Amino acid sequence: MVTLVLGLLSLSGLCAFLALLLEAAHAVFADYGPCRISINDGAKDLNVKGGGRLLGTLMDQGIFIPSACGGRGSCGLCKVRVLEGGGPILPTETPYMSVEEIADGTRLSCQVRVRTDLVIQIPEAFFLIKEFRARVVGLKPLTPFIKEVHLKLVDPPEIVFKPGQFIQFQVPEYEGSPEPVYRAYSIASPARLKNEIKLVITRVERGVATTYIHTLLKEGDEVRINGPYGDFYLRHSEREMIMIGTGSGLAPLMSILHQMADEKIDRPCTLYFGVKSRQDLFYQDEIHELAGKLPRFRYVPVLSQPLAEDRWDGETGFVTDVVARDVTDGSRLEAYLCGNPLMINAAVKLLMERGVTEDRIFFDKFG
Amino acid sequence: MESSLNAPVIFFASIFTNNILLANFLGMCSFLAISRELSSAVGLGVAVTFVMTCTTALNYLVYHYLLVPFDLVHFRFIAFIIVIAAFVQLVEMLIDRYSPRLYVVLGVFLPLITVNCAILGVCLFMVIRKYNFIQSVAYGFGGGLGWLLAIAALAGIREKLKKAPIPKALEGPGISLIAAGLMALSFMAFSGMIQVG
Repeated sequence: MVTLVLGLLSLSGLCAFLALLLEAAHAVFADYGPCRISINDGAKDLNVKGGGRLLGTLMDQGIFIPSACGGRGSCGLCKVRVLEGGGPILPTETPYMSVEEIADGTRLSCQVRVRTDLVIQIPEAFFLIKEFRARVVGLKPLTPFIKEVHLKLVDPPEIVFKPGQFIQFQVPEYEGSPEPVYRAYSIASPARLKNEIKLVITRVERGVATTYIHTLLKEGDEVRINGPYGDFYLRHSEREMIMIGTGSGLAPLMSILHQMADEKIDRPCTLYFGVKSRQDLFYQDEIHELAGKLPRFRYVPVLSQPLAEDRWDGETGFVTDVVARDVTDGSRLEAYLCGNPLMINAAVKLLMERGVTEDRIFFDKFG
Repeated sequence: MESSLNAPVIFFASIFTNNILLANFLGMCSFLAISRELSSAVGLGVAVTFVMTCTTALNYLVYHYLLVPFDLVHFRFIAFIIVIAAFVQLVEMLIDRYSPRLYVVLGVFLPLITVNCAILGVCLFMVIRKYNFIQSVAYGFGGGLGWLLAIAALAGIREKLKKAPIPKALEGPGISLIAAGLMALSFMAFSGMIQVG
C-alpha cells in the first residue's frame, strides 16, 4: 500500500515538476516585450505586447479582421498584408494563398506571431468594423437542433450591414473553453432593423461555441459581437436569382429576401431550402409572408429524409438534385448559396455545368 | 550485470552497425515524411540528435533514481514519454525564441519528435542493455547521429530522384521505401564490425 502511494506520488511529482519547469520557461522565453504595429503607411500606430498572434493582438486593439474559424487557420479569411516583420510564410498558410498573394506579402493574421515591430496593410473597411455590446432578448428553438438568438444592441446602439453579411459572436470563458473564442454567424434579420439582430445557430456536437449558446446562454445575458463582415450580399442586376440554403444557411438568405421586400426589388427568385425532415424546416410563416410581398418569388422546400409521419408530398432528395432537374439553362442566372461545404461544392459544380458563370455565383461556406 | 562495452564502441555501433533507423527500423514516419529536402532533413536530424542525447541522459536519471528505487519500472513507458514530451516543448520554446528561421523550417515537425519512436526506443534499449550513464549518453548521441546520417542520406537520394525517370507506379513513397531498403541492406555490411545488444 505504502509503495503504491509512494510510487504514484513520485510519478505525479515528476509530472508536476516538469509542468512547473515548462510554465517557468514559458514566462521567461515567450515574453517578446513591447512591439509596434504600423498600419496602412502610418494611418494608425499601435503599441502592443509581443508574443501573441496578429489576429488576436489587433482584436485587442479594436481592429477586427474577419475570421470564421476563430483563429485555427481553417477558413482563410483573415488575410492581411504584412510588409515587414512577419517572417517567412508558413506551410499552414500556403493552401489559402494564390501566387500573387504570396508575392505581395499576404498572410493569414491568425498564423503570424507578433515577435518584432510589424508594418501591415489592411483594407480600409476593416476600420469600420466595430465591437458591440448586446443583450439577449430572445432565445427561441426553431427546430430540435437550431435556436434563434435575438440580440438587442446596447453599445453602440446601431449596426449598419449589408443583408447576407455575418458577425462574430464572442463566447466567454466557461468550463468548455479556457479562453474566449469567436465564431461567425450570419444575420437573419432585415437590415432596416438597426438596433437588433437575429442569429440562427445550429447545435454542433461538442462544439465549443454552440454548446455554450444552446445550454448556458440565457435571456438577459450581455454578450459581445463584432462585425459586420463578408462579401456575401445581394448584387444589383435584373438577372433571375436562384438561392440555395441548407439548415441554418437559410439565415443570410432570409435577410436578403427581407431587403428585396423592403426595397421592392422585383426579380424572379427561387429559394431552395434543403433539410432532413419536416421538423427541421423553420421560418416557414416568414417565408410565406415574404412570398406575398415578392410577386416573382418561388419557394421550394426539399426534404432529404422525410419521416413517415411527415406525410410530405413536396420535393425529396438532395437539394442539389432538385436544382439539377429544375435548372436546364443557367446562362441568365445569378446564384446565392449558403450552407455546409459539401452542398456548396456540389451546387457550384452543378451550376457551372448548367452555364452559370463563376462571377455570378456567390456563396457563404460554413468553415 | 552491466554491459561491458565501452562508450566509444557503443557510440560507433549505434551510428553504423546498429543504426536505430536502418537496423531497428524505428522513427520511420518522420524519416519518410521529412526527407524531401536535404536542408529540412538535416534540421530535423540535428533536432532529433539533440533531443535524443538529452532525453536519454534525463531518462537514465529518472529511471535509476526515481523508477527503480520506488519500484515503478513498469511505469517506464509513461515516465519516458512524459520526459520526452516536456523536453520537446522546452526545445520548441527555445527555438521559437532564438531561431525563428529554424522554427519555420521545423514548424509542425518539431512536435512530431515527441512521438518519434526512435527516441523512446533508444531510452528503452538503454534499460534493456543495462548501460551505465556514460554508455547511455554515448548511445543516445550516437543513435541521434545515426538517425541524422540516415535521413540526410535518404534526403540526398530523394533530391536526385526528383530528376530521375521513375516508373509511374513507384513515384513518391514507393521509390523512397525501396531506397530506404537498399540503404538498410548496405548498412548491414557494417554489422560484422561490432556486436551489441
